[in-house]
Amino acid sequence: MIRIGLKMLFGDRGKYVMLISGITFSTLLMAQGMALFCGLMTWTYSSLRNMRAPIWVTDPKVEQCNDSKPMRDTDITRVRSVDGIAWAVPLYQGISMAKLADGSAKMITLIGLDNDTLIGAPTKIIAGRLEDLRMPNTVVLDDLGVERLSEGRERPIGIGDIFEINDREARVVAICKSYRSFTGGPFVFTTYDRAILYAPNQRKMLSFILVAPQPGLSDEALARRIAERTGLGAFTHDEFKWSTVMWYVRNTGIPINIGTIVIIGFIIGAAISGQTFYSFILENTRHFAALRAMGASSGELSAMILSQALIVGVIGYGTGLGLVSFLGNNLLRLGKVPFLMLWQITAIVGAAVMIIVAISAVIGIVRIARLEPAIVFR
Amino acid sequence: MSTLGINVQSVDKSFGRGDARTVVLKKTGFVAETGHLTMLIGPSGCGKTTLLSIIAGTLHADGGIIEVLGQRLDQMRGNAIAKFRARNLGFIFQQFNLIPTLSATENVSVPLVIQGLSSTRAERKAREVLEWVGLSDHADFLPAKMSGGQQQRVAIARALVHEPPIILCDEPTSSLDSENGRHVMDLLRQAATQRECLVLVVSHDNRTYRFADHMAEMEDGQIFRTLKTKDEIRTHHPPGV
Repeated sequence: MIRIGLKMLFGDRGKYVMLISGITFSTLLMAQGMALFCGLMTWTYSSLRNMRAPIWVTDPKVEQCNDSKPMRDTDITRVRSVDGIAWAVPLYQGISMAKLADGSAKMITLIGLDNDTLIGAPTKIIAGRLEDLRMPNTVVLDDLGVERLSEGRERPIGIGDIFEINDREARVVAICKSYRSFTGGPFVFTTYDRAILYAPNQRKMLSFILVAPQPGLSDEALARRIAERTGLGAFTHDEFKWSTVMWYVRNTGIPINIGTIVIIGFIIGAAISGQTFYSFILENTRHFAALRAMGASSGELSAMILSQALIVGVIGYGTGLGLVSFLGNNLLRLGKVPFLMLWQITAIVGAAVMIIVAISAVIGIVRIARLEPAIVFR
Repeated sequence: MSTLGINVQSVDKSFGRGDARTVVLKKTGFVAETGHLTMLIGPSGCGKTTLLSIIAGTLHADGGIIEVLGQRLDQMRGNAIAKFRARNLGFIFQQFNLIPTLSATENVSVPLVIQGLSSTRAERKAREVLEWVGLSDHADFLPAKMSGGQQQRVAIARALVHEPPIILCDEPTSSLDSENGRHVMDLLRQAATQRECLVLVVSHDNRTYRFADHMAEMEDGQIFRTLKTKDEIRTHHPPGV
């Protein structure tokens, strides 16, 4: 009976294509929206991904990693005095302006790494040498920085080229890969001491202290210990990541905007599929009635309708996810749009599609359940 | 040997409520035997199709006894009636009701699939019956690619494929020209005589009356005359009139 049901569905090309399109479009909107949201959220904690430290120590009022409330330089020695610390190094993070040869200025995220260890330095150097950062007035630029700071130049900015940060010379010694920031500015890495020279002078300049625990001590335990003993904020990498994400969820309109897209996707999918499926059932009412007259039970007819809805759901969902992946991969290649497809997104969208399918099937089943098989004799 | 296949007594049926209530069957009684082609005739709106629907178990009567193959349909409910229909009844509808996206073979195999037979076995049997109705060369055709007469022969094959003891036909020739109509009636007669089926045909097409073994005439929701022999039928409904 299910085979007969599927043949009925596949034979009605117009409705079949419409149903698949509805589910595909719905899947596309929902998955794309969620993947954009997740991608955008990864941009909010790109500092954590770029600098990679087990524990981040902050001013106690800091809630997220893009909000640096400077601490006193002496706070680093207080942190180092806590038992169980393998190392603790300073980190500067701030927004600055890079002045180009043609006089234009571009916003950058300036990162000052520990002078001695360069802990937190980018791992993927695509040109030049990280060690050259120890030479005077030197910086490492990320690939986005190359793109942004090359505007108006005859050739892209590269190793040995010079620009200015706050009227101070910055010579590029290496180009690195980095995760893009939420603010959209490229990352420029230098040493801590040089960073505080580049940055506008303030009474306190220490943005974060990066810390690692000694072997045998968990990140969580050490973070709690640092917070208790120093009164500073201390987060493990994951804690800081989620604290940052949740801050953006609470304090920006991003979830509402993207949530609206996802809800619209669901409604469109449900409306198109429900309406088309209902019209498919209506047009085939006589055939369902004939099957019923010939002895098909309500359960068998329901199974037919359910299998029709399910197959449409599975094909539409698969096509939609394929399209999202195709779009996502191309967007990722361009690197200008955040996109992160998690398995959880596929599961949530899959569940939403199943709800749409169930709604459509129930509409059909209710119609068939009320069907008087005697209509075949009229 | 013929046995009583259908025994309907004092059946009432009305549609609507209050002022809109229309009484369609009034204490109607009707019997039909196996091995014969029985024709139920009468003017439009006299209640033929309603009586057929009640005998088929697709419509509930307001009251009365409906006994089909010795079983009380009026006392059965839901899936029991569906199972009874699947086993014992074959249907031929006025508008064929073939599923347009299934081939002739697949359409014919539907009653066997409903009974739980595998598609392969059902389709093998369907091809045999299609051969019997003279459509073996159209077995893989979709209904849209066939003429009305061919479609009705597919419908006959579908009604016969599971070898039901009773075949119920609602105006089987009304959509057909005279030649195709004659061919269809020939097949139905053969089903009654060769297969020992009870073939009940609702019709108001007087070209088909000569195929009937028995005839029941209805008017205003009641059987007012029953003709039990070919001579009686010829007398009351002379050919060509």
